[in-house]
Amino acid sequence: MNIQDMPDARGHYGAFGGRYIAETLMPAILELTQAYNEAKVSQEFQDGLAKLFTNYVGRPTPLFFAQRLTEKMGGAKIYLKREDLAHTGAHKINNTMGQALLAHHMGKTKVIAETGAGQHGVATATAAAFFGMECKVFMGVEDIARQAPNVKRMELLGAEVMPVTSGTGTLKDAMNEAMRFWVGAVEDTFYVIGSVAGPHPYPEMVRDFQRVIGDEARRQIMEAEGRLPDTLVACVGGGSNAMGLFYPFVGDKGVELVGVEAAGTGIATGKHSASLGAGEVGVLHGSKSYVLQTPDGQIQEAHSVSAGLDYPGVGPEHALLKEEGRARYVSIEDDQALNAFHTLSRAEGILPALESSHAVAWAMEEAARRPKEDIILVNLSGRGDKDLETVLKYMAQKGA
Amino acid sequence: MSCIKNGFETLKGKNEKALVGFVTAGDPDFDRSVEIVRAMCDGGMDVLELGIPFSDPTADGPVIQRSSQRALKSGMSLVRVLEMVKIVRGFTSIPIVLFGYYNPIFRYGGKAFCQDSLAAGTDGVLIVDLPPEESAELTSQWEGADFDFIRLVAPTTGPDRMKQIADEASGFIYLVSMTGVTGSQGLDSSKVGAVIAPLKAVTDLPVCVGFGISTPDHVKAVAMVSDGVVVGSAFERLIEENLENPGLCGMVREYTQSLKDATKI
Repeated sequence: MNIQDMPDARGHYGAFGGRYIAETLMPAILELTQAYNEAKVSQEFQDGLAKLFTNYVGRPTPLFFAQRLTEKMGGAKIYLKREDLAHTGAHKINNTMGQALLAHHMGKTKVIAETGAGQHGVATATAAAFFGMECKVFMGVEDIARQAPNVKRMELLGAEVMPVTSGTGTLKDAMNEAMRFWVGAVEDTFYVIGSVAGPHPYPEMVRDFQRVIGDEARRQIMEAEGRLPDTLVACVGGGSNAMGLFYPFVGDKGVELVGVEAAGTGIATGKHSASLGAGEVGVLHGSKSYVLQTPDGQIQEAHSVSAGLDYPGVGPEHALLKEEGRARYVSIEDDQALNAFHTLSRAEGILPALESSHAVAWAMEEAARRPKEDIILVNLSGRGDKDLETVLKYMAQKGA
Repeated sequence: MSCIKNGFETLKGKNEKALVGFVTAGDPDFDRSVEIVRAMCDGGMDVLELGIPFSDPTADGPVIQRSSQRALKSGMSLVRVLEMVKIVRGFTSIPIVLFGYYNPIFRYGGKAFCQDSLAAGTDGVLIVDLPPEESAELTSQWEGADFDFIRLVAPTTGPDRMKQIADEASGFIYLVSMTGVTGSQGLDSSKVGAVIAPLKAVTDLPVCVGFGISTPDHVKAVAMVSDGVVVGSAFERLIEENLENPGLCGMVREYTQSLKDATKI
């Protein structure tokens, strides 16, 4: 089986993926799998989604040649795929409109979601408002504190934000709590998972809803440059924006795929979120993939200045791409991401999300090392307005 | 015949149903956990379900989540759980079933887990997040071993799937009484009979019912229609509320007795 034909019918990506969930949820997951398999080949569903993408999400998003940033680095050309310009300010809306449309087709009227940075929560709240659904968003208390504007946005959109106090009050804990809630409400509630993680069919379904990023980028770079890029770069927490960009290029052997994980305060400090770079294979939140864990199999807390990358697991398809050597995964520390945030803001007048700043940081360093004729295409997965407080606090701490 | 099946046969002869007691191994610490289990055995528990603590127990309510955290904080690990089983096996012959999530077992290694569990005196395991769709990767490593893989049936499980699960099951079947996490409130014991009937129609294995059962009255009602009753969060609540109480073990024994009496019909 070619790697781009994964997953198999059981939702496995080679040794990864699967459906490691409680029996209570299994019938709902099977129902969802069937509904999604039907939607995948339904012209009506696909046309409906395409219309929403165009008229509501604002697609296609531009592919922007960052000329000043390129000149500053003095090497390869840097292109930015402007997902920050999508409705609600991040790529997350592609997936939530897809899942909410599916929920609507399945006759579900209640949705739940987990959120870290709040972007997926806002995108789910938006989709729920659009389709007239009741929405609950689980969010860790730590993230509620550092992403306050997004909490208000969700509430204004009519969603109920459910504070999660267990663990460290971050994305992992929010997902635990969403799954617990779902076990008790599975009969009438649709769980909108925000990344290419979770049990099958989520990793496949979320990738399929996000692949519009890569499909557009491919067309746009051909128009702009008449050839495919040399390197694609995207940040990886759970990995949905990266998977969405990479997937249409997986068969193009000449295109290098680079996922950028959050190294936090440094891999050696243990305070990071680099599941692929420093984790081991394990099972978390319904699928098998790389996981930050102890030798005894306890899940470890992740750390990152960006709430959206602060997750100890990663989507199973990334594990496969790593294993097959098709993509490589690097990491960027908090300081480097902050630096990229400032550099891009000043050079191009674009405030990137701290998540996306990790991808920008790696691309900047790499561009400087590469010849001028090379092309590096970065997924600018979200905008940075939500991060202003974090950035200002960070600057104050550093005495900048 | 497995030790588990044997145990249920013996109870049947005495017109009793099984009291299955759950506690998290190592809560609040290794030594006290052993004494708590001893008190449960003294109180007449028929099957021990010993929880392997896990950092992210997504099918458990807050009470068992906290018990897991206390155990991990006290230094518990799967290796230590098996050490604890060895000690417990020294004072009881009742079936011992481990209960946990897949990741610690996956990391330990499926074959070694089975061998070491058996050597320690365990009779089977129930893994909450390893449904039939994924379980072969583990159970295929156990060929020939007399080690039961306890399967779960939920209120959401349809008839076809129920049969499929029952066909692969061994030891006993764990029927989840309601949709929700462990320790949920609002058990409607009158509805349990309706859920259990289609399951009994497709299996000869004993069926134990758990989730939301905390009082002798619950036990009595559920024991009328099942082969066993699982009590977990209620034990953990008792432990949590009496962490500093030197009388804890006596309370556990009395509570176990009160539940056990309710299984005699």
